Amino acid sequence: MKQTARIISTYSADTFGVCSALFELGGMVVMHDASGCNSTYTTHDEPRWYDMDSMVYISGLSEMEAIMGDDEKLISDIAEAAESLQPRFIAIAGTPIPTMTGFDFTAVAELVEERTGIPTFGFPTTGMNTYVYGASMAFEGIARRFIKRNVEKTVHLSVNILGLTPLDFSVNGADASIVKFLEEEGFEVISKWAMGSTLEELSEAGRASVNLVVSATGLGAAKALKEMFGTPYVVGTPIGKAYQKELKEALIDAAEKGETEVKVSNLPSCEIAVIGEGITSLSLAQAIELEYGRGVKVLCATECEKGFLREKDVITPDEEDVIEALKGIRMVIADPLYRPICPADAKFIPLPAENFSGRIYRNEIPNLIAGFED
Amino acid sequence: MLKRVNEPVERKLEGIRIADANFPAPFASGLEYATPARGTWNIVHTGMLIPEAHEIFVCAASCLRGVVLTAAEMHAEDRFSTVEIKEHNLLDGDMEELVIEGVSDIIEKLPKRPPAVLVYTSCVHHFAGCDLGMIYRELRERFPDIDFTDCYMNPIMRKSGLTPDQLMRSRLYMLLKEREKKDNAVAIIGNDLPTRESSELMEFLKSNGLKVHEITSCKTYEEYQEMAESSYYISYNAAAVAGGNMLEERLGGKHIYVPFSFDYDEIDAGFEKLVGTLGAEMPDYSEKRKACDVALKETYALIGKTPISIDYTYCPRPLGLARMLLNAGFAVEKVYVDSISGEEKADFLYLQEHYPELLFYPTLHAGMRFMAKKNLSGYLAIGQKAAYFDNTNHFVNVVEGGGMLGYDAVLNTLKLMREAYLEEKDMRGLIQIKGMGCEGCV
Repeated sequence: MKQTARIISTYSADTFGVCSALFELGGMVVMHDASGCNSTYTTHDEPRWYDMDSMVYISGLSEMEAIMGDDEKLISDIAEAAESLQPRFIAIAGTPIPTMTGFDFTAVAELVEERTGIPTFGFPTTGMNTYVYGASMAFEGIARRFIKRNVEKTVHLSVNILGLTPLDFSVNGADASIVKFLEEEGFEVISKWAMGSTLEELSEAGRASVNLVVSATGLGAAKALKEMFGTPYVVGTPIGKAYQKELKEALIDAAEKGETEVKVSNLPSCEIAVIGEGITSLSLAQAIELEYGRGVKVLCATECEKGFLREKDVITPDEEDVIEALKGIRMVIADPLYRPICPADAKFIPLPAENFSGRIYRNEIPNLIAGFED
Repeated sequence: MLKRVNEPVERKLEGIRIADANFPAPFASGLEYATPARGTWNIVHTGMLIPEAHEIFVCAASCLRGVVLTAAEMHAEDRFSTVEIKEHNLLDGDMEELVIEGVSDIIEKLPKRPPAVLVYTSCVHHFAGCDLGMIYRELRERFPDIDFTDCYMNPIMRKSGLTPDQLMRSRLYMLLKEREKKDNAVAIIGNDLPTRESSELMEFLKSNGLKVHEITSCKTYEEYQEMAESSYYISYNAAAVAGGNMLEERLGGKHIYVPFSFDYDEIDAGFEKLVGTLGAEMPDYSEKRKACDVALKETYALIGKTPISIDYTYCPRPLGLARMLLNAGFAVEKVYVDSISGEEKADFLYLQEHYPELLFYPTLHAGMRFMAKKNLSGYLAIGQKAAYFDNTNHFVNVVEGGGMLGYDAVLNTLKLMREAYLEEKDMRGLIQIKGMGCEGCV
């Protein structure tokens, strides 16, 4: 049956994607939920929690507040906290119960903003999508609200990195490796969305000649930037020398001609399977096909827009889908928590990811940007 | 590797003098913060205490995320499954079908049929008016060889009726089936951690030839079922009282609540109630009292006026502990507590009168995000949250009372304080382990 998992994990949810995306930007994120979400996010999905004083909270919604539609409690609690904590912005993210009660995120955000004078977002996450959906929505919100409009594009090649969160890249230096790759290829990195950049740096994103979307969490911002500034974007994570070369050329092409395509490798065979987030997994598949000439199929377990995956790739939101898609596969590259459902005769290459196994294998998550060949 | 990119402005939160604090809620409710201290148990850990049982959670992804990884961290993935609620289920009105078919599907796929299945439904089911009775009837009909019990992950109900913690501790014993009672069998109920063998309770029960059942020591489902032979159910965790009363009503044994306390008279009173019910003679604990007094003096001689902070995760009576230590001369400066239990009212009033400068700090308040000291402090902390906020490696690493009770709790607490004073621990590493002391937790 769909929607069941006998033994595998669950991907981080949209609510946590909002938190992760906004974590370093000096805002205050409020998950509108009873209890539990805050602990889940800060324990399993946020490796920066101990070392960075980001303001991520939960509203502590109670049964009576939900039934009576008492939004005033939330609004006044946020206003009170904001008054003393002075965040740069406020973001309210939804969970299942506000979804059921028809909580009006837009209206409440407007009321909070009116009362506090602080820019406020209402992100209608439901807790029933993956982090990709929430993080993409949050990045898009930041882009539309905070990017300076009247800026000049740089005369030289420049780029924003869109879709950087620890859920896809952990805290193992992969974000810095992406910057290093781009700088070595002659790009000025304007902003990194959102690891290692301030809100001010993000607000300069309109200056970039092209955007690099390194995970699907960056697509919302990429589209907003295209709409606002006409900035083209290229989708791909720079893994492996050969694929990095393709990406570099696509970025230059896009910057010069406004094209947004990257050359796709698509070997007909499918002896290897990569399971994970769509864009990082597809990029890894490309890297393997280009460097080793072995066909790789992607099992995308998170939201992925049409057009990115190849015909042989599949969307596998449920355990049953994964089991079916792995039939006949000889090698599986996936988070260790997938191992129990992989074919017994297939070789298993563990590739831990925070978005699936949280902190359990954090120390074993490789920096594929710098060390794919290893 | 990590670098703070937005330095926060100074956002200090002042503590409240106990003299100015209200009972039972010293702090107004508001946005809530979660510290990195994770040692207390959650409903996954507790449910796993039933040997061989399989847990199935039926929730949205955001709710599943924490519990599925709790199970994975305790290496219990093979005893844990999920049914994921998606948005269309809220609209389709098929919630009952999703639970029944989802749970059935998982059971059919398990390599071995479990003797018991704990089905956890969530806030969503409550709000959708889901017919849980029908669900369990259907599941029991489909799988007559499996014992099902209803468990709940519905934190939205935490202020309505039984708390999720109380509910979970009651559900733990719902699977026990009536069997012939034995006069010499007792069950200690409601604890996550085993009762220490050195406690007076265990010494008394064993020296009187009583067979002691405790879920923490059950290795098989049959051993768990043997608990039902008990004629007496003993609880000492206030959150277990409701479960004990339910058990008394359902299986017919006698429930006895022996409160955890640091007050000698209250310890004796609890014990007197126990031995009276069991028809035994009250032991003479005067030597224990003397030993506690000696230990207090010895500990004070070592620790002296070292500032001490206590948090509520250490034991059910943080104010009772503060009172005992303050009366013995210790420099208890802070207690981290979000609310005060009814059982602690007398201690609260006593401390208000005698130690009005004692400070209360919350743990959940939004401002606490910035309250953890940046540099190591000289505090001796009792409890993980106190250790975190006061940034000290000199701390007593115990949660939920650690299986302590009575004079043994006094003596062991003082021993642990001495050890904490003399030796540093890896506070950062230790406090982030979920479910401290649970089997498999690393």
